[in-house]
Amino acid sequence: MSDDPRDEIVKHLPAMRAFALSLTRNSALADDMVQDSLVKAWTKIHTFEPGTNMRAWLFTILRNTYYSNRRKAGREVSDADGLMTEGLSEKPAHDGRLQLADFRRAFAQLNDEQREALILVGASGFSYEEAADMCGVAVGTIKSRTNRARARLAQLMNLTEDEALEMTDSATMAVVSGNRSSAAG
Amino acid sequence: MAQTRDKTKQAQVIDDNLKRVYQDMLNEDVPDRFLTLLDQLKEQEKSGADASESAPTQVRSARNS
Repeated sequence: MSDDPRDEIVKHLPAMRAFALSLTRNSALADDMVQDSLVKAWTKIHTFEPGTNMRAWLFTILRNTYYSNRRKAGREVSDADGLMTEGLSEKPAHDGRLQLADFRRAFAQLNDEQREALILVGASGFSYEEAADMCGVAVGTIKSRTNRARARLAQLMNLTEDEALEMTDSATMAVVSGNRSSAAG
Repeated sequence: MAQTRDKTKQAQVIDDNLKRVYQDMLNEDVPDRFLTLLDQLKEQEKSGADASESAPTQVRSARNS
């Protein structure tokens, strides 16, 4: 009885909630989703292959629960309780980091599939292959979703503008130093 | 190439923020309801298994509390 894989489920609760929160952006919905998923996981434990990644298995159940609820609702559960966009009173970042509040706002604007891919690959540390498996899509699909998600985030946070500025600066530097060397020569 | 370097930096900034947001969510306390639920599921199964092995009645529904 001690080697029941279900005893391991409790260890994954924080990650399950985090993943559910990233999908729903609403803590009440997220908790309901975790609750449903726990019951499913418990009763369908025979579908878990011992020795494989239990977190991946649990996340798969969570996302299936989420998407089937979304289908039933007939629309994307939108606007959440502002959990993801909640402003944290943070000091402006001086080290080039974006303010977390800006990031949360931008992140909440991604579509479900992009947000999911980014959380799985960028934050939870799953490989593209694992994420593809969990989402039931090709590896290339996960890659393009994360790429598009990053590009969209960059756009929403004006990251591209900063880059352009940076590039302008280095171009200016090049001109300045070029002038200097030509003047010297 | 400058473009490649900027892209890497951009992805880095995004992933750093992503991890912070995710970490914040991970650090939240897990509500008791989930631990209670897991305990209940375990209990239910135990009494369910006992019932099917012995008598198909609900004699065991009376629990000590």
